[in-house]
Amino acid sequence: MKKIFLALLLLLGLSSCSSDGANKHNRGVYMLVDTSGTYTQELQKAQQIINYILSQLESGDSFVVASIDTGSFSEKDIIAKVTFDDRPSKANQQKRAFVQIVDNYVKHVKSSPYTDITGGILQATEFLNEKDTASKTILIFSDLKEELKKGYVRDIPLQLQGYKVIALNVTKLRSDNVDPRKYMTRLKEWKEKVEKGGGEWEVINDLERLDKLLKE
Amino acid sequence: MKIPDFMMIVSSSQGLSVVLWIVIIMMLLYMARKPAHEAITSASKVLFHAFHLIAASILLAEKKLKERNKEVLLAAGKEATERIIEREFERIDDYVKKDLAQFPTLQRDIRDNVVKIDEDYQQSTEIPPAPPGWTKAIEPIAAIPASEDSMVVEILKSIRDTLEKGQQKALDAYRESSKMRHAHLSKMIPSLRQINKSIGVLDKNVQVLLDRSATVDRHMDEYYEINKKSDKAAQMLSSSSLTQFFISGFVLAIAIGGAFINFNLIARPMQEMVGGSVYMMGFRVADIAALVIILVEISMGLFLMESLRITRLFPIIGALEDKVRIRMIIVSFVFLFLLASVEAGLAYMRELLSADDAALVAGLLGGTAAAQEGVEQSGRWITTAAQMGMGFILPFALAFIAIPLESFIHSSRTVLGVLMAGFLRLLAVLSRFLGNLSRYIGKSLVNIYDLLIFFPLWIENIVTKLEAKHGSEEEKKEPQKKPAAKRTRKTAASQESKEETKDAL
Repeated sequence: MKKIFLALLLLLGLSSCSSDGANKHNRGVYMLVDTSGTYTQELQKAQQIINYILSQLESGDSFVVASIDTGSFSEKDIIAKVTFDDRPSKANQQKRAFVQIVDNYVKHVKSSPYTDITGGILQATEFLNEKDTASKTILIFSDLKEELKKGYVRDIPLQLQGYKVIALNVTKLRSDNVDPRKYMTRLKEWKEKVEKGGGEWEVINDLERLDKLLKE
Repeated sequence: MKIPDFMMIVSSSQGLSVVLWIVIIMMLLYMARKPAHEAITSASKVLFHAFHLIAASILLAEKKLKERNKEVLLAAGKEATERIIEREFERIDDYVKKDLAQFPTLQRDIRDNVVKIDEDYQQSTEIPPAPPGWTKAIEPIAAIPASEDSMVVEILKSIRDTLEKGQQKALDAYRESSKMRHAHLSKMIPSLRQINKSIGVLDKNVQVLLDRSATVDRHMDEYYEINKKSDKAAQMLSSSSLTQFFISGFVLAIAIGGAFINFNLIARPMQEMVGGSVYMMGFRVADIAALVIILVEISMGLFLMESLRITRLFPIIGALEDKVRIRMIIVSFVFLFLLASVEAGLAYMRELLSADDAALVAGLLGGTAAAQEGVEQSGRWITTAAQMGMGFILPFALAFIAIPLESFIHSSRTVLGVLMAGFLRLLAVLSRFLGNLSRYIGKSLVNIYDLLIFFPLWIENIVTKLEAKHGSEEEKKEPQKKPAAKRTRKTAASQESKEETKDAL
């Protein structure tokens, strides 16, 4: 009887030590970078944010950087993706390699004529749902002005339960300066869209407040 | 405020209905006065007795606990005193074997020196050779005053010279003899010093023995007191136990701080070994592994201390054969040494990882220049060496946790006993208080009940007075019946007061 009890205890310990347990503590971050129009000039800032996020992520976490262009609902738009190794030293090597890939991309980026943010979000949810991370964060580095190519259907309700969506560096357009209501309405619409999908919405324009990015 | 319709006795007047209800209730209460009083009194009495019974039981339990505490305390004190006395006797034995074994040699030294001194003394007292006898004979001739005769003068001069020479010779011989005596006396000085030194050593040895015996006497007195199971001994042991509890608790807190530092030293590099993203029961496996290593080190330290018979947490280890015990000492020490070496290695690895992390973060947030600067920091070896040193030393330092832990466990038994006894006493007091409270509440309820029916009682009082008046008139007619009635009333009153006193007690 005693032996059975001990065996059960051991099994319980082992079961709680399984890989499922690991997934319950890791973080998934999907960053969408707007490459449309003049927003490519802001990519230096995006790099800073990527570097900051890399410094904060740990073993077991996943990080993806994808571009927002004419049609963002595609794996081809993923610039770099990584799931950090269990060993911290290996994870550091992966981070260095990630930085290199992003650097190369920024050097050779071409601006796209359209901005498909919804497609990017759909791609992000698909990826993070597949990864099944404990926390899911989508970062949108964009002015949030969606411009879709004719024929692209994006009025799809988002499924964002358990997601945190953060808009970064939402720059004001010329038209916003003329009529600030446009800017406010844009932000309001995105907020409603995300919250309607069950997600949590936040805007961070001050890059000094990046410490709030990955806070639970 | 409106009363419900069903309570309206007089439908036209609410006030009248209320008054009627009051009268009815009052009448009902008056009718039920005696059984109500009895019910309240008996309920309060039941509560009073129940609480007092509980208090008595708790006090009994407290008494038993105190006795048990005293027994445990005395047993622990007896064991501790036995250990101390045993150790003192061992010390005396060692001392006698080691230092007093030289006593015959010392004695022989002193005897030899005394013999030497004696010889020197004998030699120093030898009488010097007397001047020759003829000098006395020619002394008068030499003293003859010089005459004018040159021959006589010459003879006398010759005699004087001879005499002076003789005297000079005798003086020289005397001086030589004195010199020799002084030389003999000088020879005695080292011997005397040697004797003085030997006696000093002897005195010191005897003094140490006397001190030790005084200590043994003191502990023996304590032992007798404990054996007598006196309150004084129990009180002394209790205060000593409390002191031990706080001191050992303080040392344990320091040790926990050390263990925490140790944990931080090895938790990070452990992620390299067991992975940084694996969790078990909500805790990172790397942290659990680091904690387990520290706990194993503490266990090894415990076994080492037990095997060395410094602590007595596991009597089985203490009772092992010396051969097995020594093996156990070696094994636990080797394990401890290996774990300390592993920790030193992990601390080194931690430094490497920290350097890598710092370089990466500097590279990510501050650019390549900052990264280079971070990596090429001179003097990093100091922190590396310090971390490795700490990683190696802390396991050995943690091994000594066994000593305060033993004191803490032993003293906590007493402290818990004292706290428990105090808690029981508090419960007993509370129970007694509740008992008395219920009794007085019962009395107050009876009075409040009477207050509610003051009006019928007032009428009853008037009627009773009238009856009494009428009765006294009748008594005048039958005076012989009065004392008996008085006596009956008196007996009832005294019985009531007796009952009250009993209840109060």
